[in-house]
Amino acid sequence: MKKRIPAVEGWLNIDPAHPRLIGTKCSDCGSIFFPRETVRCRNPRCGSSRLEATELSSRGTLWSYTGAEYKPPEPYVPRTDPFQPFAIAAVELAAEKMVILGQVDGVGVEGLKVGMEMELTLDTLLEDDETETITWKWKPVSVRENA
Amino acid sequence: MVDQVAILGVGMHPWGKWGKNFVEYGVKAAEDALKDAGVAWTDIQYVAGGDTIRNGYPGYVAGATFVQALGWNGAQISSSYGACASGTQAIESARMRILAGLCDVALVVGSDTTPKGFLAPNKGTRGDDPDWLRFRVLGATNTTYFGLYARRRMDVYGATSEDFAQVKVKNSRHGLSNLNARYRKEVSADEVLSSAMVANPLRLLDICATSDGAAALVLCSMEFARRFTTNPVTIAGIASVTPVYPSTTIEMPNFSTDSAAAVPAPIRGFRDSIAYTAYEQAGIAPDEVNVAEVYDLSTALELDWYENIGLCQPGDAQKLLRDGDTTIGGRVPVNPSGGLACFGEAVPAQAIAQVCELTWQLRGQAGARQVQGAKVGITANQGLFGHGSSVIVKR
Repeated sequence: MKKRIPAVEGWLNIDPAHPRLIGTKCSDCGSIFFPRETVRCRNPRCGSSRLEATELSSRGTLWSYTGAEYKPPEPYVPRTDPFQPFAIAAVELAAEKMVILGQVDGVGVEGLKVGMEMELTLDTLLEDDETETITWKWKPVSVRENA
Repeated sequence: MVDQVAILGVGMHPWGKWGKNFVEYGVKAAEDALKDAGVAWTDIQYVAGGDTIRNGYPGYVAGATFVQALGWNGAQISSSYGACASGTQAIESARMRILAGLCDVALVVGSDTTPKGFLAPNKGTRGDDPDWLRFRVLGATNTTYFGLYARRRMDVYGATSEDFAQVKVKNSRHGLSNLNARYRKEVSADEVLSSAMVANPLRLLDICATSDGAAALVLCSMEFARRFTTNPVTIAGIASVTPVYPSTTIEMPNFSTDSAAAVPAPIRGFRDSIAYTAYEQAGIAPDEVNVAEVYDLSTALELDWYENIGLCQPGDAQKLLRDGDTTIGGRVPVNPSGGLACFGEAVPAQAIAQVCELTWQLRGQAGARQVQGAKVGITANQGLFGHGSSVIVKR
């Protein structure tokens, strides 16, 4: 069994039963940040240093999306040779009132529409003999329900 | 309203892929601007360089690099980097120097030599650099962000791929006679729509190339300008604003927007605030604008700018385009130079080139692409990481 590590330490919970992005919540003003903030709340009228890790909602609505039809340059590491196009989604979380990017799992751009409900999943970003690097992706809720 | 400074001279090195050092392009643009102004290099008191990060140390210290190449003249200098907004920061630096009374006449130069293909981050592993991480973790190139905006416009406002193609058609016609443009060839909608898909829904011909090129301005005080002309083109406003928290539109190179959970989003989003700031400073309203140069990194992004600079209401940009309002001969032509569609982007030069074009337009020297009777022009542009950039010129 390979060792599983997150794509960026501290950015996501890679428990397959509980995939979550981990952001920061300001204990003083309630502002939420992703990626995490460790020094100072970026609400300019707050500036508190009382920042706590917080798991973000795992569902949201599709704000927009695009397709990467050409292989991105380094430091991107393609998973397949030849390169397989993939979709990237911008998903709006209702409670956090923010939009977060992620690659799309399960469907290409033809399966997406602004306003769709999306959920967070985990997938392999990189792999070598010892470790599997895990990243987050967005997947239409309808894909799972139809499966 | 703030005091104005005069644009006494403008110059460019043609855009292209010339395979030369960026300094050579910058010197040519500077020489042309000095000649256009009628000012000797040795009389320039201040030089503002727009930095290029791709050309090593000389690029990081562009101000001194250009002074050395033109011959050390003891001028005071600055070197500015603001990604695509670098040129505006250099212009602003020179303007402030003049308005503060610390110099009478200044030279602004931006120049770049760019690689082929996608713009990519610098080499090395930098796990705390969002610009590096977005490539590594998301495979998100610059065009990814342009694709997101384009798709949003389609799904929310009903824009079509045909609309996007028509932006390219328009700009390719505008740039036909522009000898500084890299691409001087008419492009049909069919050619755009049959070009390779890059960042769905954007195709290869929807997205601007990267180019070599350089642009320069000679700026001076109004008093200094009177020795040369009674009716100079002037800079009436410059915005180099950052967003106001929370910035709720996804911006390159970020993974996310700010959250509006604790603080409501500001009345004006970031891109709207760029032009608004310049308009306020200039005491000019959007309906007074006769011509605009906006940053068409993609065809769809040009449409976004129509709304951001107040030419129409949100959602109406494609109607403005379809009605021919933004074509030369229309109500408010946009990108008469041919825009990035005909130039390709030379990062630190581009915002300066926008001002060169408006200067030629306001002087009536734009030849076959002349916007008749243009008195007021605006540029708009935005640099990675939250650099607003807008310049309002008038005559």
